[in-house]
Amino acid sequence: MHGTSSLSEVDRLLTICNGCRYCEGLCAVFPAMEMRRTFADADINYLANLCHQCSACYSDCQYSPPHEFSVNIPAAMAVARNDSYAQYVWPGFLAGVFNRNGLLVTLLTATSLAAFVIGFVLWVDPAALYSRHAGDFYKVMPHNAMASIFGAVALYAVLAFTISLTRFWRDINGGTPIGGRDFGRAVIDTFHLTYLHGGGGGCTSEDDKPSPSRRIFHHFTFYGFLLCFAATSVATLYHYVFGWHAPYNLVSLPVILGTVGGIGLLVGPAGLYALSLRRDPTLTDDKRRGMATAFIAMLFLVALSGLLLMLLRDTAAMGILLAIHLGTVLGLFLSLPYGKFVHGLYRFLALVKYAAERRQGAFVE
Amino acid sequence: MASSSIFDENYDVVVIGGGNAAICAAITARRAGRNVVVLEGAPEFYRGGNTRHTRNLRCSHDGTAPTMTGPYEQGEFLDDLYRVTGGQTDKALAELTIAKSRELLGWMDEQGVRFQPPLGGTLSLGKTNAFFLGGGRGMLNALYRKAEELGVVCLYDAKVTGLNIENGYFVSAQVDFKGVDQTVRGKALVAAAGGFESNIEWLKEYWGEAAENFIIRGTRFNRGDVLRLLLDAGVQPVGDPTQCHAIALDARAPKFDGGIATRLDSIVFGIVVNRDAQRFYDEGEDVWPKRYAIWGRLIAQQPDQIAYSIVDSRSIRLFMPSIFPAIEAQTIGELAGKLSLDAATLEKTVADFNAAVQPGAFDHTVLDDCRTQGLAIEKTHWARAIDHPPYYAYPLRPGITFTYLGVRVNKEARMFMTDGQLSGNMFAAGEIMAGNVLGKGYLAGIGMTIGAVFGRLAGEGAALHARN
Repeated sequence: MHGTSSLSEVDRLLTICNGCRYCEGLCAVFPAMEMRRTFADADINYLANLCHQCSACYSDCQYSPPHEFSVNIPAAMAVARNDSYAQYVWPGFLAGVFNRNGLLVTLLTATSLAAFVIGFVLWVDPAALYSRHAGDFYKVMPHNAMASIFGAVALYAVLAFTISLTRFWRDINGGTPIGGRDFGRAVIDTFHLTYLHGGGGGCTSEDDKPSPSRRIFHHFTFYGFLLCFAATSVATLYHYVFGWHAPYNLVSLPVILGTVGGIGLLVGPAGLYALSLRRDPTLTDDKRRGMATAFIAMLFLVALSGLLLMLLRDTAAMGILLAIHLGTVLGLFLSLPYGKFVHGLYRFLALVKYAAERRQGAFVE
Repeated sequence: MASSSIFDENYDVVVIGGGNAAICAAITARRAGRNVVVLEGAPEFYRGGNTRHTRNLRCSHDGTAPTMTGPYEQGEFLDDLYRVTGGQTDKALAELTIAKSRELLGWMDEQGVRFQPPLGGTLSLGKTNAFFLGGGRGMLNALYRKAEELGVVCLYDAKVTGLNIENGYFVSAQVDFKGVDQTVRGKALVAAAGGFESNIEWLKEYWGEAAENFIIRGTRFNRGDVLRLLLDAGVQPVGDPTQCHAIALDARAPKFDGGIATRLDSIVFGIVVNRDAQRFYDEGEDVWPKRYAIWGRLIAQQPDQIAYSIVDSRSIRLFMPSIFPAIEAQTIGELAGKLSLDAATLEKTVADFNAAVQPGAFDHTVLDDCRTQGLAIEKTHWARAIDHPPYYAYPLRPGITFTYLGVRVNKEARMFMTDGQLSGNMFAAGEIMAGNVLGKGYLAGIGMTIGAVFGRLAGEGAALHARN
C-alpha cells in the first residue's frame, strides 16, 4: 500500500516495466528499477527524482496509451516527483506551495519588486535616485543594506534546502554507503545531463522525433546560472578580501561572468519556454506546469533586468533599474526553496545514490 | 495528401504490412527512386505487427561493432539455425540470410536505428544479437521516420480485403481504408503482412476449441488475411500450417498484445501441474532459454489449456517477477483452494515430488545434479523439495507468438506459384515467408534477421521490376 495514488500508479507501471526492461538503455531509472523487485514509497521518490523526463521511454513503449496497460512513465514520474517536493519541504506546512506555484512566485516577486521600488522612491533622496552615478549602485542603496537583506534570505534558503534534502536523503538512501567518487560521478552526470538524452537520441518531449534542443537550452540555463553565481562570488571576494569596490570595469571578471551568464539565462529559459509550449501535455504533470514556467520566467527577468542595469548603469535610469533588478532577485531567492529550483538538488542526490548503487552492484531487497 | 489522390496513383511498389520487413522493403525501393505506398492494416499506435514487441536482431558480424561482443561467424550462425530447426530450412536461403545479415548493423544505422549493448539479463546474447535502443518500437519509429522523410506514403487502418492477381501477376489490391473500399494499383507487390497468429478461427482449424484459450502475444491485427489471399490465388505454401511458436504466459495476461512482459520464467524453479493437479512434463529438462518455447505447446495439450507453476519461498526471488502478483498461501492445501484445484490431489502431487527429490547441490545457473528419482515424470535438474512456506503459484496459458505457414520464395524474395513458376512481380518478406528459413523452432532475434534481409531483397527486386 502506498501513501498516495501517484505512488501507487508509479508502482503499477514499474511492475510492468520490470517485466519488460526494453528501456534499460535509455537512462538511469530502468537500471535502478531492475535492482528491485518491489517499490516502496521511498524507492519511488528516489526513482521519480532520477527521471529527467526526456520521454524517450514513452515513444519507445509497446504499452503506452491506448494500450490497456497505459504505461506513461514521464507523466507518472513527474507527478510523483512534484509530490515528493511537497512531502519533504521545510517547513512542512508549506507543502501546498507546489500546487499553485505560478501564483505564489508571481505574488512573491510582485511584492518584493514593489517593496524595492516603493522603498527607493520613499527613502532615497529623489535627487540621488534619478541622477547619474557612473554605475555606483551604493550611492542609491548602501552596500551593507543590500548585503544584509540578500545574505539573510540566502541563509534562510540554505537552511530550508538542508532540512528538506536531509529528509529526502534519509528516506531514500537507507544504508547504502556513499563514497567521494559517487559524488564525483553525480557531478559529471549533472554537468553533462547524461540522462536528458534518451540514451543518445535526445528527448521526445515535443514529438516522436528525438531532439537535443531541451538538453541544449537546459545547458544554457544551468551554466548561465552558475556563471551569474560565480560573478556574485567573485565580486564578494573583491569587496571583502581585496577591498575592491563596485562598480567594476566592463572588462573585469565579475562583469564578464555576469554578462555571459546573463545571456545564457536569457537564451536558455526562452528556449525552454518555447519548447514547453510545444510539449505534449499528456507527458507532464500538467496541473503543475506553472512551477516550471514561473521558475524560468524568474530567471529570464533577473537576467534581463541585470543586463539592462549593466548597460544603462551610467544613465539616470540606473536607480529605478536597480530597484527592479533587486526586487526580482529577492523574489527569486525567496521562492528558491518553494519552486522548480529544487528539482536540481533532489536530482543530484538521486544521482549520487544511483552512482553508489551501480558501483556496488547490489540487488536491493 | 487528399485520399482521392493517394488512390489515383499507380505506384511502382505496393508494400502490404507495416513491420520491420515492410518498412525495410519500402525504404529500399524508395531509395532506388520508386514511388512506394505502405498499407498497414493496424491503426498508427499498433503499427508494425510483431516488430513492436521485438528487442533485437541476430546477425553475423566480425566483432568490431561497439554494442556487441563477438565475432559471430556465419558457420556458427548456420549451426545454430540447423540445431533449432532440426534441418527444416532451405539451405540456400538460410545461407543467404546469414551472409546478408552481416550488412544489417550498418544498414540499420544509416536508417537512424540505434543500438545499445545488452544489459541486465540479456548479456548471454551480446555476441549473437544486436539490441535496439528502446526495443522494437523505438526501432520501428526510426524506420518510419526515415521512410516518411524519403517520401514513402504510409497509410494506417488500410486493411487489404482482396488481391487482383492475374496469372501470378499482381495488378491491384482492394483496401478497406478507414471504412471505405479503395483500389490501390501498383507495378510490383511486396507482401510483408505476417502470419495468422491472431486469427483464432484459423487457429481452430488445427487446434479445435483449445484455440479459444490461447493468448496472443502480438496485436489483434496479425490475422493472416494477406497470406490467405495469396495462397488462394495460387501462391505456393511453405511451412507446417499446424505449427506455431507458443510459450507459457501468465494466464492473467490480456488476450492480445501483452508482448514480452506477461511471460513467466518460474517453471524450472518448481513444479507445474494441470487442472487435475498432476504434473505433466519434466520442468528441469534443460536451461530455460532453450526450453521456454516448448511450454506453450505442452499447456495447449492439457485439459482446458491451463496449468499452474508452483514454487516456494526459497525460489520466489530467483526469476524475473511477473507483472501479476503471485497467488500466495501458507499451505499447499490452501494454495489449491485459491487455485480451485483439488486439495488432496495437489497435496499428494507435491508430497510425492518432495519424497522423490534426491540430494544435490542446487545451482540454477548450470545443469545441476538436483533431480527426482522414482516418479512417472521425473524432474531432471533443479529439483528441490517444495516445503518452505509461503507457497506461490502462477496460472499459465499458452501464449502464441507466431505461426510457421507462409509463402515459398526464391533468393530474390520472389514468390513461387503452385505450378512451380516464379511470380512476375510479387515478392514476400518477413514472417509471411520466414517458414522458408525457419521450418520449426526458434532462435532469438532470427525473425528480425529474416525480415530485414528479405525486406531489403524484396524492396530491391520490386524496384528493379517496376523500372523494367
